[in-house]
Amino acid sequence: MSTPLDSKYAKSHEYVHFDEKDGVGTIGITDYAQKELGDVVFVELPQVGTQLEAGDELGSIESVKAVSELFSPVSGEVVEVNEALADKPELVNTDPYGDGWMVRIRLTDASEMDELLMNAEEYEEYIQTEAGH
Amino acid sequence: MSLPDPLTSQHRYIPNASEDVREMLDVIGVDSVDRLFDTIPDSVKLDALLNIPGPWSEIETRRFFRALAAKNKTAADHTSFLGGGAYAHYQPACIDQLLLRAEFLTAYTPYQPEVSQGTLQSIFEYQTHQCLLTGLDVANASLYDGSTALCEAVLLAERMHKNKTKVVIAKSVHPHYRESVRTYMQNLGLEIVEVGWTADGRVDLNELRGACDGAFAIAVQSPNFLGVIEDYDAVAQATEGLTRIAVIAEATSLGILQPPGPHGFDICVGEGQAWGIPPQFGGPYVGFMVVRDALKRHMPGRLVGETVDVDGRRAYVLTLATREQHIRRGKATSNICTNEALIALAANMYLSLMGKEGLREVAMQSAQKAAYLRDRLAQIAGVELPFSGPIYNEFVVRTPFIASEILADLEHEKILGGIALGDFVEGFNNDFLMAVTELHTKEHLDHFVSALSAAISRERR
Repeated sequence: MSTPLDSKYAKSHEYVHFDEKDGVGTIGITDYAQKELGDVVFVELPQVGTQLEAGDELGSIESVKAVSELFSPVSGEVVEVNEALADKPELVNTDPYGDGWMVRIRLTDASEMDELLMNAEEYEEYIQTEAGH
Repeated sequence: MSLPDPLTSQHRYIPNASEDVREMLDVIGVDSVDRLFDTIPDSVKLDALLNIPGPWSEIETRRFFRALAAKNKTAADHTSFLGGGAYAHYQPACIDQLLLRAEFLTAYTPYQPEVSQGTLQSIFEYQTHQCLLTGLDVANASLYDGSTALCEAVLLAERMHKNKTKVVIAKSVHPHYRESVRTYMQNLGLEIVEVGWTADGRVDLNELRGACDGAFAIAVQSPNFLGVIEDYDAVAQATEGLTRIAVIAEATSLGILQPPGPHGFDICVGEGQAWGIPPQFGGPYVGFMVVRDALKRHMPGRLVGETVDVDGRRAYVLTLATREQHIRRGKATSNICTNEALIALAANMYLSLMGKEGLREVAMQSAQKAAYLRDRLAQIAGVELPFSGPIYNEFVVRTPFIASEILADLEHEKILGGIALGDFVEGFNNDFLMAVTELHTKEHLDHFVSALSAAISRERR
């Protein structure tokens, strides 16, 4: 299982990879989350232009096991969605941090990256304890 | 409330001990069982016990109900031209017989494909028929009836356009269907705009165009409640960008009319009763829904798909079940679950038995007989046919007299002449709506013509 050091993580298992140059965060679900979900068969994403608050529902992800809600880890405006997932939802399984990204959000407040989210080390600890239940 | 208080009395059919009831009330923080019914207005609550005579023996009870049933005026002892959403077509006798098979008489949901192949196959066939007839891609395993099918279609369309709240519905959609939509929508913050018709009885395209701004969906019925066939292409052109819903109340019309799918419609919903289900007050009927492929994950209800088992043999399973409430709980696309599986099975049998040729024959006969009757009626002095648009098997007749009185007069001739339009549409008191099917003979139609002429002459005197 991989947890890239250059991203931040939410308790609901989304990651945000923040690009400081343009203030845009790339969001997807973590490697741990995709393994737990199993084969992803459909991803429902918001429309470009949607305004979201941190914790708002972003969309949903359907695996052979269940449908789960996706939550936005940060606040901002959706500037791009990954159209490739419409035909190839399995990208979420094969490359969650790369081609399996879901949306790009222009953050309203970049400080949320530190205030709301965990770093890679904290996230790994978090899933250890969660898995230990 | 007139129910015995479960805290103080033991009820034959309510097994909870009063201590249990007390404990449950304490947990939810309510002091009495009556409080649970507070949301029901006092004005509609019964304040006394029901006035039920008896007890009677089985013999007495049967005698009572036979006498009551004898008061009914039925299509069996009248020539009936009743339509307006329920139609009497021929039902092959084997359907009722096959429906009695115990394997089909179950409320069991076929979650486990290994024990449910027969049920699943019959549902898959039903869905396949719906797709072929409507020219759309995915059908569900049935809904309650035509009116609630339209409600589900509007909710589906709303899920596709989350930022919009307006739906446009033609006034010529069945009044009961529109009433159901109003009921479903009233607490959802959705706005319903209704659009009228022009002199030919078709939806007013100019008004429609004007109403589309900011709307997420548009619904028209064809043939509509006035019996007139809508122009799907013209409606589609006038409603760019909206999810288009075609409503079908007379399902046999699909035997000869163009299906909505290839003419710009995204969802087709309707009432399947005309597929050989006997018309009866209160049903059970069967609603259907067919959609474009792109909408399938937003559909309500059960879907059966075809696949292969581990040995590569054809097999059927419930599919896309993650939309449904047993998996998705509060986020499910609908709370519908128990559908009209048995009636859908009857419709499936009907469509299978009729086949392509048979269904066309039913539709052709219905249309031709309606055309014959309409032509004959037009020759009666005083009779008008107020809507000039094309029809299938149903049409509006106007006389110079109050329709309900004309219809009451016709009943003396053992004719149920139709339904008084004024009961449904304001200002149409001299109009009635009549439906013709393949069950009518030339004698029935000619008898009606002379009976109506006579009724009009009597009114004139």
